[in-house]
Amino acid sequence: MTALSDTRPAGVPRTPVGAPAPRRRSGLRRHRQRVALLLVTPALLGLLIFFVYPLIATVFYSFTHYDLVSSPRWVGLANYKYLFTQDPNVVQAARNTLWFVVFMVPIRILCAAAVAALLTRPRRSTGVFRTVFYLPALVPPVASVLAFVYLFNPGLGPVNRVLKVFGIEGPLWFNDPHWAKPSLLLLAIWMMGDVMIIILAALLDVPRDQYEAASIDGAKGYQKAWYITVPNLRPVIVFSVVTGVIAALQYFTEAAVAAGVASGKALVGEGTGSGLGYPEGSTLTYPQWLYVEGFSNYALGYASALAVVLFVVAAAFVVFLLRRTKSFTGSGS
Amino acid sequence: MEEAVRITLRARTRAAAVAVVAGAAALALSGCGSGGDGGAQTPIASAAPSHLAGTVSLWHFFSDREAKVIQGVVDDFEKANPDVKVVVHSGQDDEKLRKAIAAGNDVDVAVSYSTDIVGNFCQSGAFQDLAQYLQRDKVDLDQLLPTVRSYTEFDGTRCAMPVLADAYGLYYNKSLLAKAGITTPPKTLDELEADALKLTTYNADGSIKTLGFNPWMGYQEMAPAHLAPATGAKWLDEDGKSLVGSDPGWKELIEWQKAFAEKIGTDKLKKFTAASADEFSAQNDFEIGRVAMNLDGEWRVAFMKDQAPKVDYGTAPFPTGSDHTDLYGGGYLTGNIGGIAKGSKNPELAWALLKYLTVDTDAVVKLANGLQNVPTITSAYDSRTSCGTRTSRRS
Repeated sequence: MTALSDTRPAGVPRTPVGAPAPRRRSGLRRHRQRVALLLVTPALLGLLIFFVYPLIATVFYSFTHYDLVSSPRWVGLANYKYLFTQDPNVVQAARNTLWFVVFMVPIRILCAAAVAALLTRPRRSTGVFRTVFYLPALVPPVASVLAFVYLFNPGLGPVNRVLKVFGIEGPLWFNDPHWAKPSLLLLAIWMMGDVMIIILAALLDVPRDQYEAASIDGAKGYQKAWYITVPNLRPVIVFSVVTGVIAALQYFTEAAVAAGVASGKALVGEGTGSGLGYPEGSTLTYPQWLYVEGFSNYALGYASALAVVLFVVAAAFVVFLLRRTKSFTGSGS
Repeated sequence: MEEAVRITLRARTRAAAVAVVAGAAALALSGCGSGGDGGAQTPIASAAPSHLAGTVSLWHFFSDREAKVIQGVVDDFEKANPDVKVVVHSGQDDEKLRKAIAAGNDVDVAVSYSTDIVGNFCQSGAFQDLAQYLQRDKVDLDQLLPTVRSYTEFDGTRCAMPVLADAYGLYYNKSLLAKAGITTPPKTLDELEADALKLTTYNADGSIKTLGFNPWMGYQEMAPAHLAPATGAKWLDEDGKSLVGSDPGWKELIEWQKAFAEKIGTDKLKKFTAASADEFSAQNDFEIGRVAMNLDGEWRVAFMKDQAPKVDYGTAPFPTGSDHTDLYGGGYLTGNIGGIAKGSKNPELAWALLKYLTVDTDAVVKLANGLQNVPTITSAYDSRTSCGTRTSRRS
């Protein structure tokens, strides 16, 4: 809108004398504001009802004993005290979640970048490969987990059978507390299509002339990668890291389904909470523990305290990452 | 089969007669929450309504064949009360139930599989206090088995009624035992281990082909609470403090289990367990002869009849520790519970249905015969149509 005023010829007064323009213009502005407000109202209402209110309510409930049925009772900091000093499972759950943040996020991005780099080379069947590598991201997570647990089943699964052909005794995968998380990591790598596609787009977006100029200057392959490719990918990498960290902090579905299926326990009549963490708590993530406390143990107040801590940690992570990467991403991003 | 059922029922009756620690422990453990405002009671009518009419909802967790058994009894209730319509919600677990009650959904009568929730539901008021109804309608609570009676109330508040009970014991495949030269089921944990090792066969690559008994925590019923009576392991001391770390019974169980698992190899057991099918399907390891002996609930008898009628099996009390042979014949006892949900729009009708399901002799007998669960009222044992009484009398 400011462009209009910039085109005003020199010497022409801002407002023609005697004309009621100011009122009209301000009336127009008000009208526009009203329309704009009207248009954003649904989104604002949604934000207030589904985000701001639950957030405030969660903070309130975290200071109460609340079992869903009877009204909440104020207990002060008791929930937080229990969380930090007594809860026997929260440490393991937090460590598992941290494991996913530390390993799953960077490894997925690295693998996605490597595959994307290979797929930028113009070859005949590039289109087919791009589709093939992206496809797993379209499979519903639960279906993928079910398939993986079957493939990696130590007793019946084809993976260990194939390994056996080569004389390798395969591990117990989802049934071994040391291998359960790496098995989930393999699944996450297989499903990296979402990250790969944006890195691929960013790679294809890198101006060719920069590489040509570098070649003329005698830059070697790795120098071109470091000084041209990586800087161009920065915004996408930061985006992937931030969204990846948030997703890892909320990691739930895949671990829950894998635990339930691998444990082999038929959960007849039992709730979701009963099968989580198998084997030996190795896949129990922080959000799962929150779920168990809230919806299996009916400790909604305590679950709210867990949620508040998760929110603070996630927010701190993101702020830290964005601060650290400000120079990395440049002001434009 | 007939023999098998008879043995089961004997085991079941014994288990029912012996009030075990674990049943009470489940109750004690359930009291973890604190506070609540479930105490407020609205007075009820001085007499039960002479004519019942309206709609009442029943939430339960059963599915498939078992849900049909429940439906059969519900149909009887509707036939006896033509102006009543019962809306049945089957396959509802405790989590869904809790949320539905909290959200004020249309829940009148709810049946749960877990005695562990009694404390929580009584205290929070998710299940209404039944005292006024019981008193007004002169329901004799002495007809309940003592253990069952204790696990359906909490801290003096009776908010639940028993909907049949479950007893646990050892199931053994007679053909496989005979093939291994074993004539009687094991009575001690050491015998169980020795027999199991004898019954275990291996494939050429060293993996397990048939397992005698799985000491690993693989099966649904292979749970600490169900094993505890084998060594008399106690959960709590008199002050309500945990004994899990100090009671020698637990130590004995854990050491037995560890040594047993290591004799076969934990990795082999894990691989074997990972290849097991859903144990409530017809591919259940015991039903297909993949496992020769298993710890399971009495309902397995009905499953065997339905899914594996040709398997020649027997049941016996679960073995005890060698130094606890006096405990042989006892076992873990628990059951399903039913209550009237908070916010029930028609509590009188809800109570009428709950009463019918839990203390009406014909209904209880029909449920017990259909589900092959343990009846919880003494009159059901004396009923001529109860197969439990019939066979136990014969034996």
